[in-house]
Formats: sequence, structure tokens, C-alpha cells
Amino acid sequence: MERRRIPLRAAGALISRRAALPRSLAEWRAELAPRAAFLAQSLVLLLVLLFFWRILSNAIGNLEQQNIASGFGFLNSTAGFAVNQALIPYSEESSYGRLLIVGLLNTLLVSALGIALASVLGFVIGIARLSSNWIVARLAAAYVEIVRNIPLLLQIFFWYFAFLGALPSPRSAAGWMESVYAHNRGIVLPKPVWEEGSALTLQLLLLALILCPLLLRFARWRRETTGSRPAWIQSALIALLLAPLAAFLLTGAPISLDYPELKGFNFEGGITISREFLALLLALSLYTAAYIAEIVRAGLLAVQRGQVEAARAIGLKTPQTLRLVVIPQAMQVIIPPLTNQYLNLTKNSSLAAAIAYPDLVSVFAGTALNQTGQAIEILFITMCVYLSLSVLTSIAMNQYNARLSRRKKSAP
Amino acid sequence: MPTIRSARRIAPLFLSALAFLGAPALALAQNGETLQQTKDNYGVVRCGVSQGLPGFSNPDSRGQWEGIDVDLCRAVAAAIFGNANKVKFTPTSAKERFAALQSGEFDILSRNTTWTMQRDTALGLDFIGTLYYDGQGFMVPKTPPLSSAKELDGATVCTNAGTTTELNVGDFFRANNMKYELITFEKADEVVAAYDSERCDVYTTDQSALYANRLKLRNPENHIILPEIISKEPLGPVVRQGDPQWADIVRWTLFAMINAEELGVTSENVDRLRRQSQDPKIRRLLGREGSFGESLGLSKFWAYQIIKKVGNYGEVFEKSLGVNTPLRIQRGQNALWKDGGFLYAPPVR
Repeated sequence: MERRRIPLRAAGALISRRAALPRSLAEWRAELAPRAAFLAQSLVLLLVLLFFWRILSNAIGNLEQQNIASGFGFLNSTAGFAVNQALIPYSEESSYGRLLIVGLLNTLLVSALGIALASVLGFVIGIARLSSNWIVARLAAAYVEIVRNIPLLLQIFFWYFAFLGALPSPRSAAGWMESVYAHNRGIVLPKPVWEEGSALTLQLLLLALILCPLLLRFARWRRETTGSRPAWIQSALIALLLAPLAAFLLTGAPISLDYPELKGFNFEGGITISREFLALLLALSLYTAAYIAEIVRAGLLAVQRGQVEAARAIGLKTPQTLRLVVIPQAMQVIIPPLTNQYLNLTKNSSLAAAIAYPDLVSVFAGTALNQTGQAIEILFITMCVYLSLSVLTSIAMNQYNARLSRRKKSAP
Repeated sequence: MPTIRSARRIAPLFLSALAFLGAPALALAQNGETLQQTKDNYGVVRCGVSQGLPGFSNPDSRGQWEGIDVDLCRAVAAAIFGNANKVKFTPTSAKERFAALQSGEFDILSRNTTWTMQRDTALGLDFIGTLYYDGQGFMVPKTPPLSSAKELDGATVCTNAGTTTELNVGDFFRANNMKYELITFEKADEVVAAYDSERCDVYTTDQSALYANRLKLRNPENHIILPEIISKEPLGPVVRQGDPQWADIVRWTLFAMINAEELGVTSENVDRLRRQSQDPKIRRLLGREGSFGESLGLSKFWAYQIIKKVGNYGEVFEKSLGVNTPLRIQRGQNALWKDGGFLYAPPVR
């Protein structure tokens, strides 16, 4: 052993001495390194691809051997069961493909409304936590600590079984002005019915909705560039807003309301917002709002104290300081973690299955999976859908953030 | 230098990945494998049951599983080990049950599961017989008084997600041109809670399960089960495809229980009959003549063990579901063929 080690050490010394020569081993290595790296990386990539191919072919082979149906043909076959909330026409005769869209739209509906509600509430609570009013700040802190520390599923059950479940049954529900009824199956509202001639009103309303923001933007641009604001802009705004109302009255008020009525077991007519939807929306937005509040608080605190003092020094009031100085700078800190919360909310909406809200996981990855038995295909589609939703949300939020930072840089 | 070092680091990874790719594909169940694994490796019969359905599979106050579905698994354990307690029960939801059986989490699914063509042919599973002939019914509160399911137009209906009941209720309401709203929950307990809190007007599922779940309501006496049966629901045990011997063991365990009732062999008189009976049918069943147990890969006293340790079909039914239990279910279509029911087992010969 001893004898062997000596020549080895000598060889090492030789290499290190040669490294000092002009055309050194170090140079040679530096030249070769990128090529070796490329080779190693492509090998790894190849292995990863082989790995997935192997898993896929193994799964397909096993399914065939076990006589388990596979493939995506089931998407065209009849689903055969009903869904209690569909934003597009759906019946028992519809296909599994259509069911997928129904579930996806239900997921999108509850996620989009949940994100909107959670953002508003989260911003309010986040700002309230920093309020100089002791009670407001404490209340906001208590809200955050309580809501954040109770599991979401429990909160969903609370809203579904304990809170909304305590409402009276449809037969004994007391109506508000005989048009709005809250009962233990949801809330029933009157439904607007678009009669003949209502098209004009709708078109004018749409026009006003598009043109008003454009006009306001133009007005601001004029004020910033020329310092004056043309008087015609104000009259144009008023005209745009009054036009739909005038059209509505002139065409003889062609929009009526369809009032809900108790018939047999349930209310008929009107729009029913189901108890499942309400419970899920409440739980998701209240829960996520607590996290958003903390993110907003962190963002606001990240703005340097000097900025607030400077704003005060030029005479801005507290709301103006917040709106013009603090929030624009805080947004850049807020947006990345906020995106995370939006993604979490969307993903958490899959807890819907527990309270029978027909979201994507409940109807497609649940019932459809069980009826067809095609677990691999259905879970693959469902995962792809969630992944795409998350990626799209991230892209949108990143672009918004990039726009914010561009604006900040271009500001004088 | 870093590249070369990292290349050295991934070399073992590379080699193990190569080994993985070269390995043979996952082996599937072969004939006889399940019995061999059960005897040599597990030491118990691995059985998938419900998450709690009184009369079928439900843990009692001491945490012991009981019910007719449970007793089938106990009977298989008795046939294999001579010990009805050598069973490992795995509770599984309606949604997960088939995937769990396919992936080998257990070897028998005995969980009030309806035998349908789609499930039998497209899932890589085999239904081996009918343990309980059921049909889908409706439960409604006593007020307002209803006498028929035809009066349910416009009702809100609660049931379990991922079951045949969802499809049947759609068929029934469509066929009768009635409107309805369907609310489906993942767990039976959530359905019961929602129905109890008046989220829906009707609870629909297999009639036996309606009787069982009615016991869980706050005021069971305020609810009635409508007379209509809207579907055929033959409930029975399921095994994986690919191991005919295992399917035969489970199938003949069920047949042995039915045949025993037909021949009047009970857990009480089985010892005496084995010693004294001169009836060749009883002698074959109890292993005194022929070698029927051996052809299943079991001992020749397989059926004796089933009857001795678990009982015949009639005994199991009366213990779990019968008129002396809280469920109070009549034998009805689950009586023997000679008593006007559907139960008919091929002979042991």
C-alpha cells in the first residue's frame, strides 16, 4: 500500500507542474468545458425524455394487458348525469367533452369572483392593519390571525353547513320586497327579461361603457400636455350616460323582471345562486383575503418612510399620499406574492367537491372519472387545465408588473 | 473543472436510469398469484369496504367491522386460513374504489357495488356474483305527504357522486318528463347531512342504503321510503381480472354460503352434520366426499370453515340486515329460489 501511494503522489505533482506551462491543462480544460457541458446536458435531457416515454409506454401496455379501456374517445360519449349549475346549455344527453367545459367554466366563475372579492377585502384589511386607529388595526389583525389559522376545508364546511344551512327552507323563507329570497338552498333574485326593443338600450349602454373610459383618458392627456380641459368633454360624458336611459324610456321600458315564485318544492323563475356556490365563494375569498392583507401590509411597509414624509411636505393629505405615492411603489413588492395567492385560490377551488359545487374536479375528475374509469386520461386533462390556468394567470400578472416598473422608470 | 466534476456526479444517476430503462415492465397478476401472495406474504385477506354503511360494512362500537359485505371477506378468510379474523379491511370511497382495486391496494372489493356491464368489461375487473339484490329508491320527509316518486317534479335530489344512482335518477326523471336538480356529494355522510339540513327534498340511493342511512338522521321516524324501485342494482364482490383462481375462490365462497342455507347447514349444526350426515350433497359440501377444496387451491374443509366460522347466507343476512336488526329488511328478492327469491347457487359436484 505504502509503495503504491508514492508514484501516485508523484504523478499529481507532475500534473500541477505542467499546469504552470504555457499551453496548460487549465486552458485545455477551459476550452473543452463548454463542449463537455453541452454533452452532459443533452445526455440528461435524453434520459429524462426516455424516462417519461418509458412510463407512458409501460402504462399503455399495462392498461391493454389488464383490459382497461384507454384513449380519449370517451369525450364524445354521453355523460348521462345532471349537473346543478351550468353556464352553457347542458343536459344528461350532453357529452363528457361538454361536461369538461361546464366544470371548467364553474371553476373559472368561482375563481374569478373569488379573486376580485379577496383582492378588495385584502387591500382594505391590509391598509386597516396599518391604521393609526387602535381598534381598526387590532380588528384587522384579529381577522388575519383567526382566518389564516383555520384550515380552509373547515371554513368551507362552516359556511356551507353551519352558516348557510341555518337559513329557513324555501317554503318558510321570508322574501325581501317579495323579490329576493334567502333560503337554505341559496339566494333567489328576480331575473331581467329582455323584451323586444331592448336591444337599443343595451347597445347604447355598451357604447357608453367603452367610450367613457377612453374620453376620461383623453381628458387627462390633454390636461397633462396643454394644462387645459375642454368643456365639451364633460357634456359628452353626460350625453353618453343619459343616452341609454333616454332610449329605455322612449322605447317604452322594454325590460321587465321575472320574479321568483314558490311552486311545489322550489322557487321557479328568477335566478338562483346556489348555496354551494355562495359557501365556496365566501370561504375562498375570506380565507385568501387574510393572506392578501399581509402581503399588502408588507408592501406598504416596504415603501421608505422618507417618501411619506416628502409627500406630506408638499402638502398631500393622507388618502392622496396613499393613492399617489405609497401604493404605486408598494405594488411592485405586492404583485409577485399576490400572484401566488391568486393561483392558490384557483387551485383551492377544487375543494368544491366536498360541498357538491360542480367544479372541474368534482364533475370531471370525480363523477366522469368514476363513470368511465379512465383515470389516466381524465387526470391528465384536469392537470393540464389547472396548469394552463396557473401559467396564464402568472403571465398576466408578470406583464402588469413589468408595465408598472416601466412606468416608474419613465416617470420624471 | 466544475463541469467535469458534475459529470462525475451524475454518472451514478445515469447508470441507475439505464438500469431502470432496461428492467422488464411491471408484471401483472398471474393465475394463482393472489392466493399465494395472500398466504405467503400478507397473511390476511385484503378487503376493500365502504366508509361506513350499517348492515353492509360498518365498524361497531369496538371498532370491529360488521355487515354482510364484511362477512363475505371473513368467509374467504375462513376458507383460506380457517380463521375468519384474518382480514385487513380498507375503507374506500365510491369514487376511489375501482382504482384502488386495480392498483392492488386490496384483492377483493366488497363494498355494495353495483354490477354493470361497463364496470365489468372496461375496468379490468370481474364481478363474481350477486351478494344482495337491490334497487334504487327514494327517501322523502313525511311532510308534505307524498305517495309516489311520480310526484317529485321540480324536486332537489341529493345522492353520492360517482355512482350508478346519478345515472338512474337522470333516466327516471327524463322518462317521466319531470324537472329536477341534482346535488352530489363525495361521502355518504355528507349526503345525509345535506338531506337532514333540508338542502334537498329527496335522498336517492340503493334502497337498502336508504334504510341504513335513515338511522343516521336526527329524526328517522319523520322520513319515509317511497315504494318505487327505479333500477336493478345487483350488489356483489369484485376482483381484478387475470387471476381466475382467485375469482373462483371468492365466487365459490359465496356459492357455499347459499348452498349451505339451501341444504339447511348452519354454523350450529355443521359439526354434527359433518360427522353424521348421509346426504351426499352435504357430504360433498363439507369435504367428506370428493376433493373440491383442493381444486380451488384450498383445504378440503374450506366450506366447513366458512359455515362454522361465519355462517350460511341466511344467518349472515339475519345478523346484519334482517328483521331483528335496526334495518329491519325482509328477505324479499334475496330469499332462496325455492322461497320465491333470486338466490340460486350452482351445485357442488
